[in-house]
Amino acid sequence: MSVLSSSIARKVAMALSALFLIIFLIIHLAVNLTSLFSAEVFNEASHFMGTNPLIQFAMQPVLIFGVVFHFVMGFVLELRNKGARNVKYAKFNGAASSSWASRNMIISGAVILAFLVIHFLDFWIPEINTKYVLGDMTGMHNGEFRYFEELQHKFVPMWRVAAYVVAFVLLGMHLMHGFQSAFQSMGFNNKYSSCVKTFGKCYSIVIPLGFIIVALFHHFNH
Amino acid sequence: MTTLNSKVPQGPIKDKWTVYKENVDLVNPANKRNIDIIVVGTGLAGGSAAASLAELGYNVKAFAYQDSPRRAHSIAAQGGINAAKNYQNDGDSNYRLFYDTVKGGDYRSREANVFRLAEVSGAIIDQCVAQGVPFARDYGGLLDNRSFGGVLVSRTFYAKGQTGQQLLLGCYSAMNRQIARGKIEMFNRHEMLDVVKVDGKARGIIARDLITGEIERHSAHAVVIATGGYGNVYFLSTNAMGSNATAAWKIHKKGAFFANPCMTQIHPTCIPRSGDYQSKLTLMSESLRNDGRIWVPAKMEDAKAIQEGKLKPTAIAEEDRDYYLERRYPAYGNLVPRDVASRAAKERCDAGFGVNATGEAVYLDFASAINRYGSEQAKIKGIENASKEVVTELGEAVIEAKYGNLFQMYEKIVDDNPYKTPMMIYPATHYTMGGVWVDYNLMTTVDGLYCIGEANFSDHGANRLGASALMQGLADGYFVLPYTIGAYLADDIRTGKIPTDTKEFDEAEKEIKDKLEFFINNNGSHSVDYFHKKLGNIMWEKVGMARNEKHLKEAIKEIQEVREDFWKNVKVPGDLNEMNVELEKAGRVADFLELGELFAKDALNRNESCGGHFREEYVTEDGEALRDDENYAYVAAWEYTGKPSEAILHKEQLEFKDIELKTRSYK
Amino acid sequence: MNLTLKIWRQKGPQEKGQMVEYKVTDISEHMSFLEMMDILNEGLVAKGEVPIAFDHDCREGICGMCSLHINGEPHGPDRGITTCQLHMRTFKDGDTIYIEPWRAKAFPVIKDLIVDRMAFERIQQAGGYISVNTSGNTQDANAIPIPKLDADLSMDAAACIGCGACVASCKNSSAMLFVSAKVSQFALLPQGKVEAADRVRNMVKQMDDEGFGNCTNTGACEVECPKGISLENIARMNREYLKASII
Repeated sequence: MSVLSSSIARKVAMALSALFLIIFLIIHLAVNLTSLFSAEVFNEASHFMGTNPLIQFAMQPVLIFGVVFHFVMGFVLELRNKGARNVKYAKFNGAASSSWASRNMIISGAVILAFLVIHFLDFWIPEINTKYVLGDMTGMHNGEFRYFEELQHKFVPMWRVAAYVVAFVLLGMHLMHGFQSAFQSMGFNNKYSSCVKTFGKCYSIVIPLGFIIVALFHHFNH
Repeated sequence: MTTLNSKVPQGPIKDKWTVYKENVDLVNPANKRNIDIIVVGTGLAGGSAAASLAELGYNVKAFAYQDSPRRAHSIAAQGGINAAKNYQNDGDSNYRLFYDTVKGGDYRSREANVFRLAEVSGAIIDQCVAQGVPFARDYGGLLDNRSFGGVLVSRTFYAKGQTGQQLLLGCYSAMNRQIARGKIEMFNRHEMLDVVKVDGKARGIIARDLITGEIERHSAHAVVIATGGYGNVYFLSTNAMGSNATAAWKIHKKGAFFANPCMTQIHPTCIPRSGDYQSKLTLMSESLRNDGRIWVPAKMEDAKAIQEGKLKPTAIAEEDRDYYLERRYPAYGNLVPRDVASRAAKERCDAGFGVNATGEAVYLDFASAINRYGSEQAKIKGIENASKEVVTELGEAVIEAKYGNLFQMYEKIVDDNPYKTPMMIYPATHYTMGGVWVDYNLMTTVDGLYCIGEANFSDHGANRLGASALMQGLADGYFVLPYTIGAYLADDIRTGKIPTDTKEFDEAEKEIKDKLEFFINNNGSHSVDYFHKKLGNIMWEKVGMARNEKHLKEAIKEIQEVREDFWKNVKVPGDLNEMNVELEKAGRVADFLELGELFAKDALNRNESCGGHFREEYVTEDGEALRDDENYAYVAAWEYTGKPSEAILHKEQLEFKDIELKTRSYK
Repeated sequence: MNLTLKIWRQKGPQEKGQMVEYKVTDISEHMSFLEMMDILNEGLVAKGEVPIAFDHDCREGICGMCSLHINGEPHGPDRGITTCQLHMRTFKDGDTIYIEPWRAKAFPVIKDLIVDRMAFERIQQAGGYISVNTSGNTQDANAIPIPKLDADLSMDAAACIGCGACVASCKNSSAMLFVSAKVSQFALLPQGKVEAADRVRNMVKQMDDEGFGNCTNTGACEVECPKGISLENIARMNREYLKASII
């Protein structure tokens, strides 16, 4: 990890993994959104994503690495940064100079991590179990693709939808700072930065909102 | 007794420095490694000297009372630095810079030193640009210039309103490079408390570590004092709170003559005082006088109404304003030298035309500049028949680009918007032309003891022109001292390390420890500031902008009384062996209390008015300073003999071969 | 006005410190904050107590010496100023004001409100310079024209006074704004480009070794900086660093 021995290199690595995850979110949402208007398209897309070897054996490990790296690095940095101030201020008015979201990436990040645990237990682990432990690569259940039904089933309980909403609101806040921060970390700050910032803000609202709509839609329409 | 020999080289003035450099003794690079030099003070002069000497190969020990060389008060210089580059093709030359400086100094400076200063001025700009100093540039990418008081050309280079800061950061970076190489050993938060002489030569200093309180001995083959001026003798000045005269005064007490202490510059454009609690005065750069017009009401009833807060300056009609500088000095107008501008302000305020509650303020008005620039911008932007609002807006933008940081500073302090209502200004103590006497080599009357920058007396005579202090500090440190000190050190290559366990060091250390212990143990009743304020008050009232025999005699007596009271009743809490701010101040004020007396004594001795030294008895019919070249064209160098009152006067007669002695006129 | 002050007192670097409460009365709104501190100290000296130690020098906002963390913000609640330029008119009668030293592991307390900023010195020594010796024969100052924009941006970066408010305001105690200001000043000038790669590598390494935290782009430093040093400088340093590391 000597490449990551400097503070700037670590920040750039955080930014790169973040941008990767930002792109992943778009794809994930795109697939989810299909479920709003067509169970069939959703099933097709899910089956493709779940069985395509390139996605399963090349993209998926990269994604997992990206997620794990982003979290681990985030916590490592947070610990180091906490250590850089060994005596706390009696009064610290952080709100005067920076946003809550920017100061509390670790909190929004931790909530997202907690959500991911639920999410993995809900979807990813059963999926892996079905495909690679039980060896059922058909994606079928009672003669039909099972994906849409499983999706709807998961959003029946109120608590899960609520958790979903909370997590995505925090994801939105995480992105609100993280999006433009990633560009800054990579040294991008010029006359186009205001465009990046505006786009980042739109992204941070639209993407989490999309996920929330999907969850609410299936909660109320099953 | 030492006699005064200025050691100015023979020959025509234009060749003196060149010939000197060609013939000066040099120290072989291998030998330089065996020679130590102490530099006390790390402003422009000390910082540039320390860096240059270290580059040459000497082992330098540098001392600063702040936590970093970057914080020396050179950093506060705003307006700019002069250099005879003639980039503007407006007729500038080394000779003209030399002439302006000697004339500006009211013919009380040493010609040869000033010419050398003008000669190296161009190299300073080259050097600073090479170091990465971001001077202001025009759209063609070349360096920009502005004008300063007392000259008819544009030769001032600047970096926004922070020229001193940028130049200091330049020499600080040069120092850092040498600190990293190990050639400069930096002693931050250390204060020099005395110089140590061995066999008549300066061989080291005693310093106090301001964090631990420890008294340290440092030896060297030569000692350079670059600790700035003594303006804080007035308590209120534009100097930093910590600026002090201790190093300069301590070397004076060890044999260095102190020259022309009465020559002090009162800067015309400072923010007026607001109350008794005030701790310092803030300067507004002289560059403001490029665009600001100075005035007071012409009618006494208007002045009274303004003082009572019943009238706004903007309500006074153009014909009821007295632009007194433009009226009295049509040729130079608002850009007369500082001493002239200050006295003119005092004259108006004394006559009752002051414009704040205390009656001690005049206006510096940008309205016409805003209007002028605004109209120009409207034309450039092709706006026809621009409304008054548009012109004002455009004009304010130009003014903001030029002086934005100064205007912001003013607004923060005074809580008034200077774009809309004129600024209020009043003169304040700023710079001290007087200082430790040095010869052409910048050596004091003690062998091996040098003094550079504001701390010495040499280049500005009785009045310093704007943007010349930075020039002198850097000239001394970068381009003069590195040559002249070599001539002295060439004899020291076989001396070897100077030991610090000798009786000279023992004695110096004991004397200091005794004094510090006295302060801690003295069971007094008043704080150090109490005495400092008292001294400052006497100095300002009686040895300030205008002086007379009666007041000066009173001042001497009163200062002696305060000093006596100080040694009886000063109270310093805390301990010796720890950081103790009050103890630091006590030592400094003790020295100011002696220096102040010599200051008044010198002012009393000089029976003429010249530059910053204005004696009410010696004025022309129209109220201008009246010099007495026949009897006072000399440098008054004072020798310490135990008490300031018993100081012995030595005269260095000033010779003017290349400039005709004339009455200074800016009309 | 009358105020309650809660001030950090600490006798020495190794001693334990604590917040101590003081009262000041009859404070004029025209006073500067440090003049109010002077009055408090004058009172302490009169009572024979040790006055509160705080760094200050020029009192006109340029030396960078003053360094008080006031009511949770470096240099207090006003913007674009240092502590010495803060005036009491910013406060109201009856206010309680917290006054603390800069807090960072890399800035240990020396006494009361005074911290040791030698870490900044060492960072500068690691590369904050252009390697040019003093010489009367450097090329003419106008030999290399520098675009006005570059010169102005360089000046904006060079305006840093090294006070450390960026570190004090940062939740991570990161020194990136300070370091990037110096890196930027030189990176923007042709004279500084020659050593740019080594400079940024060495200065960043020293910054990390001093124990400052990582920048997380909260932007607090830019807001609290008395000289308005822009975050663009941090981005520029990141670019310079990447360029220096990759090439």
